[in-house]
Amino acid sequence: MHNKTIAELAKGLRSGEFSSVELTSAFLNRIKQHSSLNAYITVTEDLALQEAKAADVRLAKGDAELLTGIPVAQKDIFCTEGVRTTCGSLMLDNFIAPYNATVVDKFNNAGAVMLGKLNMDEFAMGSSNETSYYGAVKNPWDTNTVPGGSSGGSAAAVAARLAVCATGTDTGGSIRQPAALCGITGLKPTYGRVSRYGMIAYASSLDQGGPMTRSAEDAAIMLQTMAGFDQKDSTSVDVPVPDYMSELNNSLEGLKIGLPKEFFGEGLNSDVAATLEAAIDEYRKLGATVTEISMPTLKLAIPAYYVIAPAECSANLSRFDGVRFGYRCENPVDLTDLYTRSRGEGFGKEVKRRILMGTYALSAGYYDAYYIKAQKIRRLISEDFKTALSEVDVIMGPVTPSTAFGIGEKIGNPIEMYLSDIYTIAINLAGLPAMSVPAGLATGLPVGLQIIGNYFSEDKLLNIAHQYQQVTDWHQQAPKGFE
Amino acid sequence: MSLTADDVKKIAHLARLGIEQQDVASYAKDLSGMLDLMTQMGDLDTNGVEPMAHPMDQVQRLRADIVTEQDNREKFQAIAPQVEAGLYLVPKVIE
Repeated sequence: MHNKTIAELAKGLRSGEFSSVELTSAFLNRIKQHSSLNAYITVTEDLALQEAKAADVRLAKGDAELLTGIPVAQKDIFCTEGVRTTCGSLMLDNFIAPYNATVVDKFNNAGAVMLGKLNMDEFAMGSSNETSYYGAVKNPWDTNTVPGGSSGGSAAAVAARLAVCATGTDTGGSIRQPAALCGITGLKPTYGRVSRYGMIAYASSLDQGGPMTRSAEDAAIMLQTMAGFDQKDSTSVDVPVPDYMSELNNSLEGLKIGLPKEFFGEGLNSDVAATLEAAIDEYRKLGATVTEISMPTLKLAIPAYYVIAPAECSANLSRFDGVRFGYRCENPVDLTDLYTRSRGEGFGKEVKRRILMGTYALSAGYYDAYYIKAQKIRRLISEDFKTALSEVDVIMGPVTPSTAFGIGEKIGNPIEMYLSDIYTIAINLAGLPAMSVPAGLATGLPVGLQIIGNYFSEDKLLNIAHQYQQVTDWHQQAPKGFE
Repeated sequence: MSLTADDVKKIAHLARLGIEQQDVASYAKDLSGMLDLMTQMGDLDTNGVEPMAHPMDQVQRLRADIVTEQDNREKFQAIAPQVEAGLYLVPKVIE
């Protein structure tokens, strides 16, 4: 049951092959069986079974949607009313969200069953899931390696079949990088496509929620539910949501693919490069033409990102002050002590590092040199993409420089960790949609192919990924012990 | 560019962020490393470039000035560390 796609499960639920309660119980059992992966922070067993019962009633009545009765899991960054929402931090260890994120409401309205809340890097700051207050998540392909981050729990859970699909969020690669390292399909939509309401903010001008699934078809189904304009999110974009399923089977004949030479140079592991070459050859066989392009400003994406994201983080995280919700220190002597110690004790080291960096970048005398300069570079990067995407339909490249690295290998060196996001960060700065698609294994570990498209071209990206998944089976491969 | 231990303490104070004395040196080293990375931004001429805040250069939406929120005070205060008579309590500010 746990290897089936959403469409297959929806069929099984309708034909009476199994009920949502049976399906949900099967996943709850798997979660218990594989709890050593540490993919979940909170398992909402009672709630899940209650929702499954309601879904079965709805299915019997015949007013079900595709996701009705399907067990999904939420990254613990999405607020869930009445359910603990930690964002991977001691700061929110006791936080029971008083309302639902719009995304959560949408899944509830569709009748999906929530299995629980998934582990993640603290406040989505990290590329390995090792900054979580709740401990590292293990990559099911090799439990000595990281699943990537920050949506590491989401990627590990989907890869290990501990949920049919999961939500993730992506500020600098946090959907695509873990999807690549765990061999699943992940889509970061256009900025503004999915509501950020109730999604705990890290860097508001970059954060975007999206689906993490085993196949592109499943991602299309999930995005259909997640996407759409939301009054409650002031940066939501009011553009109609297309029917993502209806474009999946379009032919790729004549598709123009651009490969930025900056993506395939020094720093890319040779086994990963060879795997990507083979994937791009498959696209040639499907009728695509491939040309080399150049995007000279890409190399400045990391420095610009590590100004903009920490600056926005330092502003966003100022709300955690020990007064209205979340962690409060013991016996504060005065108000400053209350703020300083609650924040000092409640946040982990990586979060503190970014708050300090952002506070510095925004402080008097440095604002123009760092923040404004970075926002200008952001425009130049975005114009580079615009030029490239006027010549080709999509851009392809690696998601990560290497396959999954060892737990503990990079956590001591933050700069080295930041550099592992080199291929994903520029896309967030430009606000474009991009996917990671399983493209093969290098020395036994998954490699992701990145597909970047123009604004609001999620339908096209899903089509391109789906066509590849019709002629390859990388997306169907399960890690050993999780088949 | 490098930051000293005193710089780090000053920034931490601006952020009202407690950091352990024994961690100050490692923060100074990490932040200096990040600043070195950022000096690369100087390689690019950005004169006359408009800073980009939203990918679609969208501006803030306006809406009619009508009440859309309900009073959820009790719900919100139920998760507060310390409240009394509908007020959030903090240590005494005025002697």
